[in-house]
Amino acid sequence: MDSKTYLNMDLLRFTTAGSVDDGKSTLIGRLLYDSKSIFEDQMEAIERASEKTGESTVNLALLTDGLRAEREQGITIDVAYRYFATPKRKFIIADTPGHIQYTRNMITGASTANLAIILIDARHGIVEQTKRHSFIASLLGLPHIIYCVNKMDLVDYDQAVFEKIQSELRAFSSKLDTQDIRFIPISALKGDNVVNRSERMSWYEGSTLIHTLENVHIAGDENQIDCRFPVQYVVRPQTADFPDYRGYAGRVSGGVFKVGDEVMALPTGFTSKIKSIDSMGVEHQEAFPPMSVCMTLTDDIDISRGDMIVRVNNSPNAEQNIEVMLCWMGDKPLMPNGKYALKHTTKDARCLIKEIKYKVDINTLHRDENNLEIKMNDIARATLRTTTPLFIDRYTRNRRTGSLILVDEATNNTVAACIVI
Amino acid sequence: MNQYSLSHLQELEAESIYVIREVAAQFENPVLLFSGGKDSIVCFHLAKKAFWPAKVPFPLMHVDTGHNFSETIDFRDKLIEKSGARLIVASVQKAIDEGKVVEETGVNASRNGLQTSVLLEAIVEHSFDCAMGGARRDEEKARAKERFFSHRDDFGQWDPKNQRPELWNLFNGRKNVGEHFRAFPISNWTEMDIWQYILNEKIELPSLYFSHQRDVFERDGTLLSKTDFIQTKENEIVENRTIRFRTIGDATCTGAVPSEAASIEDIINEVAATRTTERGGRADDKRSEAAMEDRKKEGYF
Repeated sequence: MDSKTYLNMDLLRFTTAGSVDDGKSTLIGRLLYDSKSIFEDQMEAIERASEKTGESTVNLALLTDGLRAEREQGITIDVAYRYFATPKRKFIIADTPGHIQYTRNMITGASTANLAIILIDARHGIVEQTKRHSFIASLLGLPHIIYCVNKMDLVDYDQAVFEKIQSELRAFSSKLDTQDIRFIPISALKGDNVVNRSERMSWYEGSTLIHTLENVHIAGDENQIDCRFPVQYVVRPQTADFPDYRGYAGRVSGGVFKVGDEVMALPTGFTSKIKSIDSMGVEHQEAFPPMSVCMTLTDDIDISRGDMIVRVNNSPNAEQNIEVMLCWMGDKPLMPNGKYALKHTTKDARCLIKEIKYKVDINTLHRDENNLEIKMNDIARATLRTTTPLFIDRYTRNRRTGSLILVDEATNNTVAACIVI
Repeated sequence: MNQYSLSHLQELEAESIYVIREVAAQFENPVLLFSGGKDSIVCFHLAKKAFWPAKVPFPLMHVDTGHNFSETIDFRDKLIEKSGARLIVASVQKAIDEGKVVEETGVNASRNGLQTSVLLEAIVEHSFDCAMGGARRDEEKARAKERFFSHRDDFGQWDPKNQRPELWNLFNGRKNVGEHFRAFPISNWTEMDIWQYILNEKIELPSLYFSHQRDVFERDGTLLSKTDFIQTKENEIVENRTIRFRTIGDATCTGAVPSEAASIEDIINEVAATRTTERGGRADDKRSEAAMEDRKKEGYF
């Protein structure tokens, strides 16, 4: 791959989910192996390890289990990140464990992903975990889901098996918000339809998994309409060369900002114009998500970390009562009416959990309004009351300004992921 | 690509700058760990970008084993002089002289492990509340489980089985007194990304990365440099060969590779064709399958 190709590749972040023993680690091993992203010393290390555990073939799953406890127990404990590239695209995989703390880990992995691969064992079809994973991918606003019907080798590559699972999945996923849903029959173990086209499933006319990953359209996944710039850091050099420079550093969270645009600072409501958009001596005319830039304005107005620069006439909602779907991740159950620290964009605040409306049974999507005790891995609809107004958008409109986390003030642990509805 | 989309390298750069700014905003007294290797040089470059035109608002710290290649130290000192940044050196030699740590003995003796206690002591001495480093998740499988913001308890320990979930780009840097954080801005970069970025941004590197003549000998499949810090065994033959280093660390455990690559472009071609990981040449990782995990739990970077 020459440097020019390399500099033009874009980035796809995806997450993989599946239940126990459905071959998820094998699939990742296969993607890395067939795309030649595994090095000889890594291969030798897993060959040695496979021999030790008495396995007859090289266990590609050992590539992804990084911690000693994971290798000993043959399970994946924590989200692990993997990298590979093809000449078209660069990929970051958030590999999430199938069993222990599945919801917490899958939400973590999905929060930064554009796409989810959900694995299904061809012999078992849709199981509870398939529904759970689909629901989480949809809740976390992933624009693309690929269902891989795996272990086709164990059902004689039978077209009827695949089509039955596909139609069941179609019926189920019509209840979800995800627009782009695809189905691919594969065998991760034998390599069918992962990187190389299967000769044993000539009835399948769709793309291989890798071809799909390379070509899925992701440029439209960011919000390029509503201008949102949460200020992260104020840059004031106060040097002889830059005596009066006052720049607002941050990452564009939505929309396209242009030099000369009339903007408004929140919460003050003061307006000004964008004078420059800088990045170490390079002046940009425009800034869009997810660029990190430093902006200067034509007027000296009071702006600090936690404030947000937006376009005049397109403001987020300033809310103190915030309706969210909340995924609980703390060891201790949620305290009704408890107070928690909160992080939203670059802003810190505190909040009170004012009301729990219902808990979602993520296997049936049933709403339970009676049992409102919220424990780890539970998902609930809640109302938060914040100490100060937050500038929020609906999560479905903007994942960056529609998400927040809660922190236990006694332990400092992150205890909840919240999605603004 | 769409008019309003970034290439993967631009996106990684934007992410890293965001992480570095978040460290500067959330912590009172952060520090950037600097080894003189390419990853920490890239981190420093990103930090300069993050705060331009202001100076980088935190110092750099080199945990110095005393077993350095002189080229690394010369390069470090020039870089610091040019940028006007502040450098703190935490010396392993000094800790040995003061009897705080005991040097390993034997032919494979290395000061690599001693860096951990020297680092932790320096963090306490300077009251640093966050130490940023250039570790990448693709380097090693225990590192693949790292967060961007990684919590350390008051003994400097990492608890990999009980990490805080890291959601979206909302980093939780809250901690109790005595605890600190490690932050890894280039977590998502691969070795190839680093090289392409160095090429694209025209970042200067120590000469050790490029092909040169050096006296080396082979031990356990690794080419080690003949230096005053390492004893050769009787059957080990020192030869003058054309080599370069893929990583730069302590001179006693950093392996060289035979190479004719004299420019960044050559190195990129070599990296693209190579079939072993860059840490494959690191004797410190070969000690056992969980060598890195064990060192990291104790507070290694």
